[in-house]
Amino acid sequence: MNTDIVDENFEMPKPQPIGQERGSLTRIAQEMVFTVDHKVLGLMYIASGLLFFVVAGVMAVFIRLQLAVPGNTMVPPDVFNRLFTMHGTAMVFLVGMPIIFGFANYLVPLMIGARDMAFPRLNAFGFWVFFFSGILLYFSYLGAPGLYAAGSAPDVGWFAYAPLTGRAFSRGHSTDYWTLSLLLGGIGSMVTSVNIIVTAVCLRCKGMTLGRMPLFVWLFLVVAFLVIIAVPPLSACQIMLILDRYLGARFFDTQAGGSAVLWQHFFWIFGHPEVYILILPGFAIASEVIPVFSRKPIFGYPVMVAASVMIAFISLGVWAHHMFSVGMTSLENTFFAISTLLVAIPTGIKIFNWIGTMYGGKLRFELPMLFCLGFLFQFLIAGLTGVMLAIAPWDWQLTDSYFVVAHFHYVLIGGLLYTIFAGIYYWYPKALGKMPDWKLGLWHFVLFTVGFHITFFPQHIAGFLGMPRRIYTYEAGRGWDLWNLISSIGVIFQVAGILFFVLNLIYSYIWGKDAGDDPWDAWSLEWATSSPPPAYNFETIPEVRSRRPLWDLKHPEDPDWKFE
Amino acid sequence: MRRVADMFQPLSKPAEMIHESALVVLIITAGIFVVVTAMMVYVVWKFRHRGEEDQKQEPPQIYGSSHIELAWTVIPILITFVLILVTSRTIGEIQNAEMPKSAVNVRIVGHQWWWEVHYPDEGIITANEIHVPVSTRGGERRPTAIQLESADVIHSFWVPQLAGKTDLVPNRKNKTWIEPYATGTFFGNCAEFCGLQHANMLLRVIVHEPEDYKRWVATMKAPVPTPTTPEAIQGRKEFYANSCVNCHRIDGTVAAGVFGPDLTKLMTRQTIGAGVAPLNQQNLRTWIRDPQVLKTFCFMPDMKLQDSQVDAITAYLMTLK
Repeated sequence: MNTDIVDENFEMPKPQPIGQERGSLTRIAQEMVFTVDHKVLGLMYIASGLLFFVVAGVMAVFIRLQLAVPGNTMVPPDVFNRLFTMHGTAMVFLVGMPIIFGFANYLVPLMIGARDMAFPRLNAFGFWVFFFSGILLYFSYLGAPGLYAAGSAPDVGWFAYAPLTGRAFSRGHSTDYWTLSLLLGGIGSMVTSVNIIVTAVCLRCKGMTLGRMPLFVWLFLVVAFLVIIAVPPLSACQIMLILDRYLGARFFDTQAGGSAVLWQHFFWIFGHPEVYILILPGFAIASEVIPVFSRKPIFGYPVMVAASVMIAFISLGVWAHHMFSVGMTSLENTFFAISTLLVAIPTGIKIFNWIGTMYGGKLRFELPMLFCLGFLFQFLIAGLTGVMLAIAPWDWQLTDSYFVVAHFHYVLIGGLLYTIFAGIYYWYPKALGKMPDWKLGLWHFVLFTVGFHITFFPQHIAGFLGMPRRIYTYEAGRGWDLWNLISSIGVIFQVAGILFFVLNLIYSYIWGKDAGDDPWDAWSLEWATSSPPPAYNFETIPEVRSRRPLWDLKHPEDPDWKFE
Repeated sequence: MRRVADMFQPLSKPAEMIHESALVVLIITAGIFVVVTAMMVYVVWKFRHRGEEDQKQEPPQIYGSSHIELAWTVIPILITFVLILVTSRTIGEIQNAEMPKSAVNVRIVGHQWWWEVHYPDEGIITANEIHVPVSTRGGERRPTAIQLESADVIHSFWVPQLAGKTDLVPNRKNKTWIEPYATGTFFGNCAEFCGLQHANMLLRVIVHEPEDYKRWVATMKAPVPTPTTPEAIQGRKEFYANSCVNCHRIDGTVAAGVFGPDLTKLMTRQTIGAGVAPLNQQNLRTWIRDPQVLKTFCFMPDMKLQDSQVDAITAYLMTLK
């Protein structure tokens, strides 16, 4: 560099603050809009996911209120249909997806010793696209009636089967809001996934081979690939639906020779991998938390990676198990029953390996571990009811009944949400520098677990007794009254649990103990930097020699790299 | 009346076959549940943290064991293989079952939110309630072969004690069958979300002794009696003169609509509005006055009839048996 041309008198222009001093509301808002920091974006993802969680959760409360007693007239059918459609759509696309992306955003760069995601601006773009897709979906309550004042929020169910979504059956703009919101959200998911893949592949610190990458990052790599494969069919069929509705295409218009089953194939080619897109991050969190609180490395790391990749592969070939009753041939039904049952093998391996990790350890029942134990037990139940649903003949009885409702709530609450809670409690000290309160967290865990099982276990039985899902009311005497009442009572406990959770987040932020850099005595790279981490994450980019770099650091006499 | 449609008390062939494989799967999964839960409880209890002293020393670091991992890969594979055999066999047995000549043929067309029921061999059309003969084990089989179609959106035929679900998909002709071994009224629902009144798209299957079934068929095929009371005669005039005839059909009259349920033998049915209320004079009157009272959002509009017209039409419809 030629130093001659440096002007000694040159002064850097000072950035002009648009808001006021640091900490003021306008300044915070400005920082949120301008930020491309993966950590801030990650927290924004999680925070907005939790916000939508509360909204969609309140909708579920009204659903359970309506169904508490037979013949209830509190919620009329049109409002009820909007409630369960918005509840389902929001919980999958506005709660599950952003929260897992939030975790990925916050943690993937930290865990691989990078300074940020590969494409920070794209990252911010992904967040804002998701966020506005959520606003767009909820704006349907106001906007969808349009000039014709027909309809309101979407009311076709979260998988929106054709031809119920056609112009003939869905008037007004409710379905358009649903379609456009998911199309937009899909763009956000895809760019974020590209970002995760590039980050994990290209930005790993020195020494971090793929074989030393934390399982968390491995699982998110798999998830990101799944998103890129699964979301385009969803976007494609949304576009086809728009063409149907406004440009006279006939893809799904059965009255003009279109196919209703085609929609189902498109949707579930997305929809089933989506289930794994949501649950693999749960596995990711469990695979970080369980070893740390068992004080042992994950049992069978290579097998865990292989099982995850295998689950992802198989999940691409099982979609029609959502369609056993549409009238496929016996050969097709058999194929999809077999492919679905195969998922049980890698999933079983994972559960056994987590138990193997705990075996011989010294288990510390901190909050993240409690929620992971809840996850293990509940996911076992969800997996086994999943096996029942995979048996195509039995599925002819169980599908579209309350049994399915119970099953996927065991997967998504018992499985995913519990690991999300575990993850939030586990990385709360890292992100905010304060320890979450154990007592409040225990209340959260106990109340929510009790409420969860009271609410959802009886729904299995209601399903056995022939109760179909998505009915806004039912007559007395069909054997469903008691189970529905119990189910609704459970909601009280769940709501109480969530209140303790929210209380804990706020209380601990203000009055919590200082966390320090590494409060759990953990082993992955994010604990090697300060809490909260600086904008640049690491002062010097670390260099690793094993899967547990901090273990090597803490136990120089017995480092991992000697054994791996 | 079998109001509680418990799938674990099947009373028909396909439901029994499903039940059989379900029990096998239930036992296997219950076994897995008990074993794995026991493992979890044991491990969590045995290896719990025991005080601060204990915590200072890290436990032995074990990275895996290929023998153990192989074991818990092979065992699930074996179990899965058993499940695959159970499933494949039952799928074939139910879906590829041959119907004997003695089978009753029924064609069901789903509508938002009611069921149109045809007996093509007998020329009978009715709605929401399916009458079938009972079958005897070992004796003469009387299964009912059901063809499923839809006039609008997807619905699903589900009477848990008789058979699993089969969807009614527009532009498709799906098939299912039942072979009940007990008489009585079986309850079912539309099981695929089909719009506003999905909840009140109820279904009943009434299983008769063979003679009773013959009698029912004879009743359905008999000509409609002409109304005799002045009020009923007036009602028929009102029925013809108003737009009722555009949507409803009464055999042998000018009423030839196809959008609503066939009313030819209306009074042979147990319920009105696809199961929303028992069919009696009072409910029928309420329905004719304003169907939206009993079933909001159903497609039959409030016809704004005067009280005298409502009474007359009710009286006329009460003669349709």
